[in-house]
Amino acid sequence: MTSILDSVAAIGRAVIGACRTTGALAVFAATGLSHIFRPPFYGRMFAAALLEIGYFSLPVVALTAIFTGMVLALQSYTGFARFSAEGAVANVVVLSVTRELGPVLAALMVSGRVGAAMAAEIGTMRVTDQIDALSTLSTDPMKYLVAPRLLAGIVAMPLLVVVADILGVLGGFIVSTLKLGFNPGNYLTKTLDFVQTMDVVSGLVKAAVFGFVIALMGCYQGYNSRGGAQGVGAATTSAVVAASILILAFDYVLTEMFFAR
Amino acid sequence: MSGVVPKIRLSGVCKAFGDKVVLDGIDLDVPARTSLVVIGGSGSGKSVLLKCILGLIEPDAGKIEIDGRDVLRMPREEQTRARAGIGMLFQNGALFDSLPVWENVAFGLLAQGKIARREARERAGEFLEQVGLAASVGDLSPAELSGGMQKRVALARAIAARPDILFFDEPTTGLDPIMGAVIDGLVVDCVKRLGSTAVAITHDMASARRIGDQAAMIHKGKIVWSGPAGRLMDSGNAMVDQFTHGRREGPIQMELRR
Ligand SMILES: Nc1ncnc2c1ncn2[C@@H]1O[C@H](COP(=O)(O)OP(=O)(O)OP(=O)(O)O)[C@@H](O)[C@H]1O
Ligand SMILES: [Mg+2]
Repeated sequence: MTSILDSVAAIGRAVIGACRTTGALAVFAATGLSHIFRPPFYGRMFAAALLEIGYFSLPVVALTAIFTGMVLALQSYTGFARFSAEGAVANVVVLSVTRELGPVLAALMVSGRVGAAMAAEIGTMRVTDQIDALSTLSTDPMKYLVAPRLLAGIVAMPLLVVVADILGVLGGFIVSTLKLGFNPGNYLTKTLDFVQTMDVVSGLVKAAVFGFVIALMGCYQGYNSRGGAQGVGAATTSAVVAASILILAFDYVLTEMFFAR
Repeated sequence: MSGVVPKIRLSGVCKAFGDKVVLDGIDLDVPARTSLVVIGGSGSGKSVLLKCILGLIEPDAGKIEIDGRDVLRMPREEQTRARAGIGMLFQNGALFDSLPVWENVAFGLLAQGKIARREARERAGEFLEQVGLAASVGDLSPAELSGGMQKRVALARAIAARPDILFFDEPTTGLDPIMGAVIDGLVVDCVKRLGSTAVAITHDMASARRIGDQAAMIHKGKIVWSGPAGRLMDSGNAMVDQFTHGRREGPIQMELRR
């Protein structure tokens, strides 16, 4: 009897803990977002975050996109050959890249790179009292540290995904024309005729949401880290894991919103 | 002193972390334009006390008044404003390691929009010279400085905006004796010349007597003694005597094993 009660209590504690974390995260997100719209604005911090997320992630995102496009072309060609539908390679590549793989893979790569760095930086500031020092120097840490990063995430991710889309299609194009013997002109016409505005736009909206999620988890975990170097390490891991899972979950929700009729 | 509103007044301030009671009903007055030295064993809650006044840690109970106004029960915005006039030197410096030294020093001035960036660079140099550092140190990053230099930069940052109230958490730890005396002089200067009110935590009795008008000792979460800083060495209180003379035998049993 007591053991049943114990396990019920344990479940209850876990549920309460989860609710509390979700609530705290929601409040954190709302506070951070509200600071984006209220002065003073920290342009330098925004520019630095934009550079970090957008510019320095370019190589990683570009390589990911190119190889993904190449593999996609190869896979769909060999797979579709089984029912003589090789001609659909161009369509498959452009559709998968713009709608799905471009934003999701770019976001996962960026979360490993940028989300972790944000959590580590803000976490270190927390455990060395730098965040406390900010508030004693007439500066709201949410406004100074968090808001610019959130905004930079929202702005930079779609830009990265535009690049990822183009390079992904290019990867497919290279493999299709050089290896699989497609006619370059035909391939491009097919790609451009087939892709619709909605495919690209939905991918960019996803990217903006993912960018927000990455920055939010990085900032939140860093901001709430405790206990020295070990705490910062744990915050970094949680930031990446949580962001990755949330990206995949939001991906489903957004896809459902855009395309399920 | 009765009738005059103290700059800072704490009554019954309590704070526990989990079941560990750190502050257990602190009552303390700091009159305006004076400096108070707080002494007490390591881990007795001195830093926590300052952080409570600064609003960085929320006390579990009690009242904190600044200029006679209860800050804990003010709306958030007003709290921020009431505390904007407090400068703090953190125990570990807490310099912003992503910014060069000069931007650290001028951070408060820039944040309050008091000066432009170009001017800030110059002013930062002046503050650095006040704490015995060359103005050229301003171009380095905090990580390139020694511990004592970081402490002095942090001090320059704390006093740069000329705050009304100044908190120093062990301002002279990690400095050589001469520099320690220079920093003490600077603290005294802030109080006497600028009319600030200061609270300083220190383990250094010479420094305590140099900078303090008043002194208070915290032990087991309570203020166990307070009086003029000049009386620290012959207070007549057994605990203070043991502490200031650094004796192993006495009423304070150091809890070494825990
Ligand atoms: N954020 C926190 N969470 C949990 N416990 C804390 C926290 N901050 C301080 N403590 C505990 O409160 C006690 C008092 O800490 P505090 O830093 O105020 O000591 P101190 O008097 O400043 O000591 P020292 O002279 O060594 O700096 C310590 O036992 C510490 O473990
Ligand atoms: Mg301390």
